[in-house]
Amino acid sequence: MAPRVQLSRRRFLKISAGAAGAAAGFSASGLPASLLGSDGEAGIRTVPTFCDVCFWKCNAVATVRDGRLWKIEGNPDDPLSHGRLCPRGTGGVGAHFDTSRLTAPLVRREKRGEEEWTAVTWDQALDEVAERMLTIRERYGPEAMALFSHGIGGTFLKHAFKAFGTPNLVAPSYAQCRGPRDVGFELTFGEGVSTPERTDIENARCLVLLGSHLGENMHNTQVQEFAEAVGRGATIIVADPRFSVAASKAQHYLPIQPGTDIALLLSWMHVLVTEELYDKEYVAAHGFGFEAFAAEVRRYTPEWAWPRCGIDPQTIRETAREMARQSPATLVHPGRHVTWYGNDAQRSRAIALLNALLGSWGRKGGFYAPSAMDIPEYPVPPYPKSERGKADNPGHRYPFASGTITNGIREATISGEPYPVKGWMVYATNLLQALPNQAETIRAIEALDLLVVVDVIPSEIAGWADVVLPESVYLERYDELNVEWFKQPFVALRQPVVESPADQKPNWWIARELGLRLGLEPFFPWENVEEYLETRLQGAGLSLAEMKEKGVVKGPKPPIYYEEGLPAEFFTPSGKIEFYSTQLAEKGFDPIPRFEPPEEPPPGAFRLLYGRAPVHSFSRTQTNPILSEMMDENEVWLNADVGRRLGLRPRDRVRLRNQDDVVSQPVAVKLTERIRGDCVYMVHGFGQSARGIPAHHRKGASDSHLITRYAVDPLMGGTGMSVNFVTLEAV
Amino acid sequence: MARFAMAIDTTRCVGCMDCVVACKTENDVPEGLCRDWIVQEARGAFPDLRLEIRSERCNHCDHPPCVHCCPTGASHVESFGSLVEIDPKLCIGCKACLAACPYDARTIHPDGYADKCTFCIHRLKEGLEPACVAVCPTHCMHFGDLDDPASEVSRLVAARRNHSLIPEAGTGPRIFFLT
Repeated sequence: MAPRVQLSRRRFLKISAGAAGAAAGFSASGLPASLLGSDGEAGIRTVPTFCDVCFWKCNAVATVRDGRLWKIEGNPDDPLSHGRLCPRGTGGVGAHFDTSRLTAPLVRREKRGEEEWTAVTWDQALDEVAERMLTIRERYGPEAMALFSHGIGGTFLKHAFKAFGTPNLVAPSYAQCRGPRDVGFELTFGEGVSTPERTDIENARCLVLLGSHLGENMHNTQVQEFAEAVGRGATIIVADPRFSVAASKAQHYLPIQPGTDIALLLSWMHVLVTEELYDKEYVAAHGFGFEAFAAEVRRYTPEWAWPRCGIDPQTIRETAREMARQSPATLVHPGRHVTWYGNDAQRSRAIALLNALLGSWGRKGGFYAPSAMDIPEYPVPPYPKSERGKADNPGHRYPFASGTITNGIREATISGEPYPVKGWMVYATNLLQALPNQAETIRAIEALDLLVVVDVIPSEIAGWADVVLPESVYLERYDELNVEWFKQPFVALRQPVVESPADQKPNWWIARELGLRLGLEPFFPWENVEEYLETRLQGAGLSLAEMKEKGVVKGPKPPIYYEEGLPAEFFTPSGKIEFYSTQLAEKGFDPIPRFEPPEEPPPGAFRLLYGRAPVHSFSRTQTNPILSEMMDENEVWLNADVGRRLGLRPRDRVRLRNQDDVVSQPVAVKLTERIRGDCVYMVHGFGQSARGIPAHHRKGASDSHLITRYAVDPLMGGTGMSVNFVTLEAV
Repeated sequence: MARFAMAIDTTRCVGCMDCVVACKTENDVPEGLCRDWIVQEARGAFPDLRLEIRSERCNHCDHPPCVHCCPTGASHVESFGSLVEIDPKLCIGCKACLAACPYDARTIHPDGYADKCTFCIHRLKEGLEPACVAVCPTHCMHFGDLDDPASEVSRLVAARRNHSLIPEAGTGPRIFFLT
């Protein structure tokens, strides 16, 4: 414990200010004790750790001043951030000070969703969860429990659930985000795009973005490399219905009609093939089924594409030629959140094929091969094997699903088929905003015997829980090591910087305590997480002490491009890049992507598009006091001319009504030239409904609320969500 | 005497507000206030548009009207780097400087004194860059001495097309936006 010190006048003043804050209306339980500094600690100390405001997991150094968390900056040794965090990471200190944080375990008192709680002790809460999980297992088998989780914090809970005997571990990051992209690339190259994406933007001479709005979408390394590419004069080509920030950096902005990317991609490929601009040597060496593919894309002239996607033939030819000119350092970015129209795996496959024509896979300035350090696992007994398998994809109706399908688990929960799913634990993901069709999610919840939510704030999903377990935020806890697959392999430690302000607990502790109550002692041989981490690190010749000091340790960097001696291997059935996919043909799908026109919005309606803001992560950061100051509500972007015709003035407030008569909360209109007239756009994550979240953090409108319709990708079960139409009503 | 300045590359800036967030935490800027901010200016008609994104703050002017109008000497030019600074102890919160500043760069701190960007003078004295410059993920911000022709800032301002804000006010602003 730090020695007690005399309070200086300066510190006394600070403490008074904190006390005044409490008097001014913070709830007693909500005021973090650490606002007052802990135990009279004086001076400055720095603690390396890694960020958790998004899944990128940048390495950082937090600074504590006089016992109070002050700031967090990038770790200069970090291959991801290069010492510069993104705004969310920089504002991450706000997660610790968030006054709406959960402070004690809660047990539901009233009906589900009424948000009426009784605070209980951890023993009471965990005893109840364990007892009810054991009852579910007894009645329905272990598979009747499912775990929804997001991010590295879910590692220990996943371990507990596997040990419990369920294979139903699932994350919305697959079927509501990047799943279709990985399937499209797996079908073509035999490998997915991985995370962080294996995109070598740093060395690209031409970068093509389809809807991907880097700069607003703040994946740190990518944004840094994007700015670098812009700075050194790389050609940027952006196709987006909205003039995004990325579009403003582009030499070629293509204002594409929403939902028609495949038409544009096919005609780009047409130009490369018919003008013989593709990488012939690469295609000859690595391609399978090129002739059939070439014959197919010959049909798709730029003149064919023009009326379909709205991009004129000259622009299509010019941009295709520019891609060829800069190849193989031309990167057609695969995107990340790509669940748009339900044909997303095929669109991603078209992106993969365009990259294949340009020879960019495995090449500098294209897609590199990531690698990771070998850090042995902590030895635990083998997990019990489930005889029934996962519940999400019965009969493999989505034959190319390579991950677990969240909406499949939701369906199984509602229908009881292929077997009953009666209990959910939800970790760090607000399913009501992450999944489309909130009513369906609520229907599934109502069919459950048990819903446990582990979260840091009283999120919307927590509002429906039977038991809520308050977690320490990342700045207050250890987590699993980040053994990252990246161009520069490294291992990183997350460690506590400050104490939790109330009765919150780290997930490793929650998982272990629950595991012990479930009779899973052999799976939790470690007394505490330090012992777990030390064992893993020593297995790799490292130590916890070294990691605590450095935060990140890099490993040797193997070849990452074919040019560097990386062998060209493709884990497809043919062992080659599949221009023609026999796998798809066998299952009755198009072996080469085909264009189908999207449904047009009805007269007077607009397609609802959504995206990211640089200062928020999903619906997880709206209560962060620093980040909410940067952006406390979203607005709906509407083409200025269209808006004037509707009689709207800038900043007028409207409600959006969708095709199913679902109406949004009031939201301000942003009348702007920066968007087409057939769609509207809003930033995701706002307009939350949880009562536990203060009203000033619930502003704006929720896109998720309006996404009642979704188009399921027949290849892999992902949910295309840009298929909803809205009209605007003045408030 | 050095004359510290910034050159901000608007072609790289993505308007992510990291500079604003970093300033807030570094300088304990009170809730509801900020010392730097982002301006996005779109020109043209869809789809032929130009967008300029600027990270703006106090221009640490060569001829600072806020200093000239200050009745107490609280607003002053530091000998260190010719920075325009405020001594909170001397400030009476009369807001003359707020009215005089053409850039709207000043606010009143809840403790009653005028407040604004200091170019992180406390960090400069430790050999560090201002927090906003050090954090920027796009490396769009450059800081240095305008009186040193070899400094990065001087070289960028000399080599690249740029503009400052409201130069016609005659304040001699020292933030240059590279375009």
